[in-house]
This record gives sequence, C-alpha cells and structure tokens, in this order.
Amino acid sequence: MAGELQLFRLCRNVLGQVRNYHSTANLCAAAAAAAPAQKPKLMKKVEVYRWNPDQPEKKPYVQTYEIDLNDCNPMVLDALIKIKNEIDTTLTFRRSCREGICGSCAMNINGTNTLACISHMDRDVNKPLKIYPLPHMYVIKDLVPDMSNFYKQYTSIKPYLQRKNEPVAGKEQYVQSERDRSKLDGLYECILCACCSTSCPSYWWNGDKYLGPAVLMQGLNPGKAIAEIKKMLSGIAKKETPDIEPMSLHK
Amino acid sequence: MEEDNWLWHMYDTVKGSDWLGDQDAIHYMTREAPKAVIELENFGVPFSRTKDGKIYQRAFGGQSLKFGKGGQAHRCAAVADRTGHSMLHTLYGQSLRYDCNFFIEYFALDLIMEGKNKCKGCVAMNMEDGTLHRFLAKHTIIATGGYGRAFFSCTSAHSCTGDGNAMISRAGLQLQDMEFVQFHPTGIYGAGCLMTEGCRGEGGFLINSKGERFMERYAPVAKDLASRDVVSRSMTIEIREGRGVGPEKDHIHLQLHHLPAEQIHSRLPGISETALIFTGRDVTKEPVPIIPTVHYSMGGIPTNYKTEVLLLEDGKDTIVEGLYSIGEAGCSSVHGANRLGANSLLDIVVFGRAAANYIAEKYKPGDNPGELTATDGENAVCNLDKVRYSKGKTPTAVLRLAMQKCMQTHAGVFRREDDMKEGIRKLTDIYKQRDDLKVTDQSLIWNSDLIETFELQNLLACAMQTMIGAENRKESRGAHAREDYKKRVDEYDYSKPTEGQQKKPLTEHWRKHTVTDLDLNAAEVKIQYRPVRDETLDPKECALVPPAVRSY
Ligand SMILES: Cc1cc2nc3c(=O)[nH]c(=O)nc-3n(C[C@H](O)[C@H](O)[C@H](O)COP(=O)(O)OP(=O)(O)OC[C@H]3O[C@@H](n4cnc5c(N)ncnc54)[C@H](O)[C@@H]3O)c2cc1C
Ligand code: SF4
Ligand code: FES
Repeated sequence: MAGELQLFRLCRNVLGQVRNYHSTANLCAAAAAAAPAQKPKLMKKVEVYRWNPDQPEKKPYVQTYEIDLNDCNPMVLDALIKIKNEIDTTLTFRRSCREGICGSCAMNINGTNTLACISHMDRDVNKPLKIYPLPHMYVIKDLVPDMSNFYKQYTSIKPYLQRKNEPVAGKEQYVQSERDRSKLDGLYECILCACCSTSCPSYWWNGDKYLGPAVLMQGLNPGKAIAEIKKMLSGIAKKETPDIEPMSLHK
Repeated sequence: MEEDNWLWHMYDTVKGSDWLGDQDAIHYMTREAPKAVIELENFGVPFSRTKDGKIYQRAFGGQSLKFGKGGQAHRCAAVADRTGHSMLHTLYGQSLRYDCNFFIEYFALDLIMEGKNKCKGCVAMNMEDGTLHRFLAKHTIIATGGYGRAFFSCTSAHSCTGDGNAMISRAGLQLQDMEFVQFHPTGIYGAGCLMTEGCRGEGGFLINSKGERFMERYAPVAKDLASRDVVSRSMTIEIREGRGVGPEKDHIHLQLHHLPAEQIHSRLPGISETALIFTGRDVTKEPVPIIPTVHYSMGGIPTNYKTEVLLLEDGKDTIVEGLYSIGEAGCSSVHGANRLGANSLLDIVVFGRAAANYIAEKYKPGDNPGELTATDGENAVCNLDKVRYSKGKTPTAVLRLAMQKCMQTHAGVFRREDDMKEGIRKLTDIYKQRDDLKVTDQSLIWNSDLIETFELQNLLACAMQTMIGAENRKESRGAHAREDYKKRVDEYDYSKPTEGQQKKPLTEHWRKHTVTDLDLNAAEVKIQYRPVRDETLDPKECALVPPAVRSY
C-alpha cells in the first residue's frame, strides 16, 4: 500500500490533473449501493457541455439539468443515464461496462479527467456537478470526443510482444518468475481511456507529434513508466536479465 | 499444480451442461484448450505465475480431477483477476501487427441474405457520420455477445443487447436454447457488477445472516465451488427461508477477509477495488453484499463445431452458407444448460480460431464474393427510417425498463407455469408497444437515442424467445429451474439402472435443444427441437460422457 501511494505521488507530480482512480488509496467511502426510496428530494444541478454537430453555426454551450440524488444511483454515469432516460434523450455520451474496465466513459468531471462510471457524485447540492468532454480533443457531439488520433498513435508504437527469436505460437509456454512478472504490475492494466494523455499539456499542444503518456508506456502508471523509460534512455538503468530463462521449455 | 487432463475437463463441461451440451463441440473445445492458452501466453498475455515460473491456474466452479472422483481441479489460467481484459488488449495489440481493418463504432443493423440459405454480408451504420454501408462478404461471422440487458440486473455491459441474435431472427433464421440464462451467484447487490468466481476459487465463501457457510449443506463436496446454477439456487433458497442478510434480508454475504491480505492484493486486486468503489467495503476486513445476477446466455445462434450456422427445417439441419457465429452470441453448444466458469473466455478463443482456420482452409483471399443486388439491405434502411421517425408515445427507456422488470420477475432463478404465463402476456404487450416508440433525436451523427432503440428492438426479440422457451420447457435442467417440474427428464431415468427401461422417444423427454423462430409482427414464437449431439469427434480419442445424475 505504501508503495502504491508513493507511485501515486510520483504519477501525480508528472500529471497533476489525472485523478488516480487506479489506486484504492484516495477513494471516499461509497454510498450505499441502492438509494433507499421515500427520502426527501435532494436536487443537484448538473451542468453539461453540449455541442450539436447538426448546428455547426451554434457555439457549444453548457446546459443545466437537475436531478434528485435520492432517486439516482451514486455515480456520475448514473446521473447522465438518468438525464438521458428521463429528461433529455438527445444528451450524448459513451458508456459500456459501467465498472471502469472498458474506458469508454472518460470525461472531464469537475475539472478532472476520469471515468464517469466509477466517480461518485458529491452529495453537497450547493456545488453543481460540471461535466465536459476530455479536453483538447475534437468533439463529435456533446461528451463524445474523436479518438481516432489516439488509436492511430497506439498502433504506431507496435503494441505487441516482440522478441528476437519468436517461437511458433502455441507450442510451449515461456517461463517467468513471480518476481519478474510483478514488474508488469501497474503496466498492463491500462484501459486506453485517454484520461492521462488528454490531461497532459504536452499532448494538448503537440498531439500530432507527441504520443502522450498512455501510448508511451502502454500501461497504467504513466509517471512511473516514463521515468523508467528516461532512465533506460540515459543509460542509468539497464533491463535486468530474467530470473529464469524464458525459453527453457522451448527445446 | 496437480496433474490434469483435458478429458477430465471434457467430463466436467458435459456434466456442467447437464447433458444438454453437444459432445463433438465440447470434445473440440477441451482438446484445443491447452494449446489455446499457451498460444495466448506466447502472444503476450501476462498470466500470473506459479513458484516455478509457469502459468498460474486457479480453482473454479465445477472443475474436478479424474472424472469427478479426484477432488477439486485448478484449471483456470488467470491474469490476476483481469484475464478477459488482458486477453482483449493482447489480441488487439497483436491484430495491429497485421493489415486488419477495424470499422470502429460502426453499428451492424442487419444481415444481407439470399433466401434463408446464404448470407452475403451485412448492413452497418457509421455512428460518426450516419452513413450506411453494405458489406459484401463471402463470410460473415457474428460475434456480438450476449443479451444480459434484457434483464433488470445483470453483470453485462450496456452493449450486451443481443444484436446478432436478433439479426438472425429478422433474417428468418433460428435461435437455440434461449431459456438457459445463467445467474452468477456473486453480482454486487444493487450495482450488478461482478465479483469474479475467482474470489471463491481463491478460498472465499458465502455466508447467510446466521454467519453459516451454507453451501456445505447444498453441495457437500464442492461446497462454494459447485456449479453456478447450483450456488445461485441455494442462495435464493436461503433468502426465501429468511436467512438473507441486510435490512430487507434480501441478499447474501461473500466473505474473503479470512484469506491473507497479501493473497487478496496479488490475486484479486481488481475485484478489491470494484468492491470498494461500489459498496464501500474493504474486502480484507468485511464481507461484500451479493446476489445472483444475470450473467451469461447459454443459448444463441445454433452452429456446428466448425461454427457454421444451422437451419432446422422439417427435422433436418442445413448449413447456412457464408454465415458463422462464435462466442456468447453463438450456441455450438458447448455450455448446454449451464456454463462453467472460465469456459466462456476459452470458448471465444477456441472457436474464434476455429472459424478463422476453417475459412482459411476452404477459401483463398480474393475469392469472388459475388454481387449485391439493388435491393440488398433495403429492409435495414426501411427499419432505420421507421425508427428514426418514430413519433409514438413511449420513450425507449420506459419500454426498456418495463421489459427488464418483466424478465427479472417472470424468468428468474426459479420459474413456475402461472408466473411465466403472466410473463408472456406482459412481454407480448410490451413487445407490441414497439410500434408506439418515441425517438426524439433525429440526427444521424452519434445518435445514441436511435441506437438504443435498435438495441431495444433486438433485446425484445431475445426476451420473447427466452420467456416462451422457458414456459415451454417442462423440466428442470442446468440454469432452467422449474418449481412445478423439478426433475430433469431424459430418454431414460438415470437415477436408476437403465437396464430394462424403455427408451423414451424425443417427443417425450427434454434432452433436446429448443429451436425458436420468431414471427416479428405477430410476436409469436414457433418451437421445434434438435436432438443433442451424443457423439464425440473420435471415440478412440475421447469417449462419450454418458448421462448421469448431476450432483456436486
Ligand atoms: C464482469 C464479467 C466477468 C466475466 N469473467 C469471466 C471469466 O473470468 N471467465 C470467463 O470465461 N468468462 C467471463 N465472463 C464472460 C465473458 O466475458 C463473456 O461471455 C465474453 O466476453 C463474451 O465474448 P464475446 O466476444 O462473445 O462477446 P462480447 O465480449 O460481448 O463482445 C461483443 C462485441 O460485439 C460488439 N457488438 C455488439 N453488437 C454490435 C453491433 N450491432 N454492431 C457492431 N458491433 C456490435 C460489441 O460492441 C462487443 O465489442 C465475464 C463476463 C462479465 C460481464
Ligand atoms: S489511458 Fe491508460 S494509463 Fe492513461 S489514464 Fe487511461 S488507463 Fe490510465
Ligand atoms: S463505462 Fe466502461 S469505463 Fe466507464
């Protein structure tokens, strides 16, 4: 846990804007799973960025909705779904898994890039909930950004295992110690949500050239990974030899 | 890891299917399984490791050694608790190595058919700009997943709306075994998110309000790792008999905190986080509230083990040319009446590969795909126009909710005649209201109001066939538990010696697949039956697993 916190701080220094939802360290205690019925109304303002591509002459604007927190599940995505279902069916956003694994509901919530489905709403009704698309991306409609450049960049780094001598796949497994495997922790869980990249000023201004944190490290802890890459580039760190010869079963 | 053998996996899968699975397909899947896992690892799936550096394998429900006689097996190769995620990203990465063309956020609307016996491709809409595309293809593979969203509470993503299944029904083809819907024992109470079976695989167990580990009573040998249908039913009984937890006594607790925190952190990191986010509970300290939740559709598009789609007419099967189905959308049928944990991710890689290999074997790149006629795809365009300009009174979300509640209430863990009759009546009403839908957003660009309405049409098609199939099947088998027909009805009574028994004809027993045709306008379902395939691919390599009483 302590280690995790440290990584979190490191990551935070590099990319102050990304809320570290990968770590369990800073989560507030969650509200009860289902809001019990018959509670008094608790109306909260939700301010959402809107842009309709069918009316290109009309500038983007912020639309305010009001929802009853006591009649809504606790996450920001729940609020968006409630608005779409009950108030305004034209409100447009991406969502799929509703549990933080598919990466589709990435958006900017109260100034932080994060996933709507695992972000609790603040129950303080004096503060409006502000929802914008991921910053500095082309917007297709409302909260739906154009991800094509992000995917293109991902393709450009050849995101697959490359070895000098690749055996025919499917014959024998590689061997890897538990310790060597644990080096991948924090590096393979990335869900390609683009929260980190789109919170990175370097990416905002040079998105056509700079690959951005997510793509650079293809992993979860951009701060850690970029630091490692830099160490390797500068020769301070070298890739360790594996504890067990990976090809030892391939005879 | 103890010694294991794919023939034992074959046995477990057949038993798990409650002898409704087709044994040629199960033979194929279990034989190919070890190779498939090693291939995934070679591609870069970061499997967890054992002490000696090999792929880590975990105990999962329904897994046994020595044909059920050797105790619990540890057979599920796992990447901590993120196996599916890792597979998906590794395979996507690998696909970028080749010249694959992804049509991202294209929504498939309908198949393009030539009569009922040949598929020529599909029609899809590019959500980004609303353009319609006709894909002319010699081979079309449907892999659109399940339809969990037909129910109120499910573990599946919002996108699991049975689109492929419904396209099949609209093409005049058939679905199979739709009444078999798996309830996963450990969906988070309220939120529906899944606590993986790996929790119990790592040593977690269920407790009721008395703090009792009640699965010991229902499945003395396998206990909490009995098959999912068995555990879900046991939980439901506990709740019904007043031993549920919480203020309403309407759910159960999953306990992990007796396990070393270190083990939880390394083997179940994702799930610990999910539990904390959605319930506020720290699994290393306290139990998590859970409830049986709709998780998987065993039924789907009938195929043979080569993944070719089948059409049943006058008691005879024909192959639909150029059409294949794999994964949760398909029904090959390796899972029969109940799927074992971990067998879905296996199913998708083994049969995904089988479809590709089979097509590559038979055809060459550049083979002439034929031609489209001017009217091909017209039906999809007509439906698009109809839906886009729907000016009725019922918003999509309202009708969807009505369907979901109806399915949850009338096609749940336990099912009863009168209850399901009422369910059919209600659902038919709901189905007919699709003519009264209201779509507000008429844009063609990223119109999710429109897409959700297509998805609702699709869900309704699946729901009808599920409910009617369930009412029709008068026995209990696997995930389909009838309170009024508690017994499984086979060609023989396998609880007694079969010698001297008269074999029942197909019309008098239920060890057969339900095959349904949906009449879209009348909202009527026609039912036929397909016998279970009781042969393996090669009896010398793998013997048939003969039916027996299923207990854990
Ligand atoms: C939380 C959870 C945990 C699970 N854990 C396990 C596990 O540990 N082991 C295991 O074996 N199984 C597990 N399962 C089950 C398994 O993940 C699914 O059965 C499996 O992912 C199904 O794969 P699929 O490729 O058939 O369908 P899906 O993964 O559902 O994919 C279907 C795809 O089709 C696309 N699609 C659908 N409709 C259209 C359309 N009209 N046009 C275009 N595209 C469309 C969707 O966007 C999606 O990408 C789990 C399921 C859940 C929900
Ligand atoms: S893209 Fe990957 S690394 Fe970046 S925030 Fe999302 S999950 Fe984390
Ligand atoms: S909906 Fe999948 S990450 Fe939020």
